[in-house]
Amino acid sequence: MNSSIIYLEDVTVNYDGFKALSHLNFFMDRRELRVVIGPNGAGKTTLLDVVSGRVKPETGRVIFGHETDLLPLRENDIARLGVGRKFQTPSVFVNLTVWDNVELSLRRASKGVFAALRRRDPEEERERIARALETVQLAAKAGSLAGTLAHGEKQWLEIGMVIAQDPELLLVDEPVAGMTDEETARTGGLLETIAADRSVLVIEHDMEFVRQIARKVTVLHQGTVLCEGPVEQVQSDPRVLEVYLGRRREGADAVH
Amino acid sequence: MPKREALAVGLAAVVLVVVLPLCNALPADAPFAVSNFTLNLFGKFLTYAILALGLDLLWGYAGVLSLGHGVFFGLGAYAMGMHLMLEIGAKSVYQSALPDFMVWNQVTALPLFWKPFHSVVFTLAAIVLVPALFGLAFGYLAFRSRIRGVYFSIITQALALSAWLVFNRNEMNLGGTNGLADFKTVFGFPLNRPGTQRGLYAVTALTLVGAYLLCRWITLTRAGKVLVAIRDSETRVLFSGYSPAAYKLFVFVVSAMLAGLAGALYAPQVGIVTPAKIGVLPSIEMVVWVAAGGRGTLYGAVIGAFGVNWIQSWLTTSYPDLWLLFLGGLFMGAVLFFPDGVVGALGRLLARARRVVTRRRERATRDAPLLSQATRGSIRPSSSDE
Repeated sequence: MNSSIIYLEDVTVNYDGFKALSHLNFFMDRRELRVVIGPNGAGKTTLLDVVSGRVKPETGRVIFGHETDLLPLRENDIARLGVGRKFQTPSVFVNLTVWDNVELSLRRASKGVFAALRRRDPEEERERIARALETVQLAAKAGSLAGTLAHGEKQWLEIGMVIAQDPELLLVDEPVAGMTDEETARTGGLLETIAADRSVLVIEHDMEFVRQIARKVTVLHQGTVLCEGPVEQVQSDPRVLEVYLGRRREGADAVH
Repeated sequence: MPKREALAVGLAAVVLVVVLPLCNALPADAPFAVSNFTLNLFGKFLTYAILALGLDLLWGYAGVLSLGHGVFFGLGAYAMGMHLMLEIGAKSVYQSALPDFMVWNQVTALPLFWKPFHSVVFTLAAIVLVPALFGLAFGYLAFRSRIRGVYFSIITQALALSAWLVFNRNEMNLGGTNGLADFKTVFGFPLNRPGTQRGLYAVTALTLVGAYLLCRWITLTRAGKVLVAIRDSETRVLFSGYSPAAYKLFVFVVSAMLAGLAGALYAPQVGIVTPAKIGVLPSIEMVVWVAAGGRGTLYGAVIGAFGVNWIQSWLTTSYPDLWLLFLGGLFMGAVLFFPDGVVGALGRLLARARRVVTRRRERATRDAPLLSQATRGSIRPSSSDE
């Protein structure tokens, strides 16, 4: 447990009687790239909401790193601690340039109003921004308004912004939804690069993509962990097959 | 600040701060003379422009629509008005040290909260700090509870209505419906002397220039970018480690301070402060100025405040029945046809004209192939798309 980056114990989230998460236990090691799959309503996005502070669970504990309790913290405090989150639909600042988008996201000592009114070390900042833009291959578009980017580019920009935050743990919600095969492959490569020196938690539906990037997969079902293990093992687990088969055919196809 | 804007602001500053008062000092029959009436009218418009700047910072940049800024304008105006009332002293109609309306209301001693307004320093501080503290308290409660969008606008409108009701009450000892009036002097200078009015005008113009530079500076810092980011995606701002509530509170307080300052400059120039300036309708009018001029540009707000009020003063004297129709039409037009205001509409026209010129030039070069080599480098693609 000492080496875990995130640790959830007995977490229950109750939406007016519907248990999105039910006594969930989950933990991830540092530098791990983990994929969470599961049928709709299994609680995947709620899991990200709990870790990033958007939803406060009814019961349970959420520990970040060694001993930081995330439950009393607000979203922006959790983000500043080192938890980055990439949303499913691209969420970027459309009226700012690509460069400014990354600039705002940079990790810094203070993100308060008065710090933001003062200038600081522009040279060092510029380097960090340029590096993040290079990683997501958007350096050529640095001066464009983010609103003019294509869908795939917006997704990459948001990934670049989250990289600029320099998080220890990166939460990614269905990064390849709506992407072409080529874009999907590039996104997979990008996530693997990022996972080289930080922990990444990805939620995904696309099994092809899961096979491309995943080492260890967690299957959620009805708010709890159904099973966990390497992709091949999970795919042949009879409980997983039943969950997907019982729901719809193409789900079963996707698992095979 | 871009060079072109710096030049335009400098030019406008010289005209407003120096040229107009000089023209006013000329004899009335001289060419280019500006009458006392016109200068006084302009002074009033400029106070509105100061308020509009703050409102634009709040609405145009951070996307927070306040329908209650009349309250902050009123707080500044009443703070100044209270000092002006006390300056009248025994020169009032009833020749009492108390303001006239207190004599009518059979108040025998100056209420405690009026007393500090004898002091010039206290008054000058109160003009800015009272709206700031009120804005801080109100904004803190609203933004901390994550009240946003249309819900925030509705609450500010309720604030304007309740403030209007409170200021109308005689028991408040603020002059009730009639408000504060009959000011004689401001910091010792007689208000009926043209020189005093000219000085007030010049101070207002200077304040406007200062307010513009302050707001522009804010928009150029990283904090200004965060404001735009909040308008685009508050969730992303939150998950980027910023507290949107803190930034919104900051800009709300800045705009409240500018509104208070505007109100304080309004009081001695117009000579009367009443609750009618506080309510729902004036607060909405203020939003119309910004919308009509063009949001999110700062200069649009100044142009809007000036333009709409100029038209109002002309319409209400020449065609009094038309004013409200015009105001309504202006708001609908701003929403339906030119959402980015006069400034935005002009900008788009200009961009279109530029495109036409470019296209013509391109066609000309195509028709004359020999020339094309020579001119290709000089044709710049139109940079501003719609």
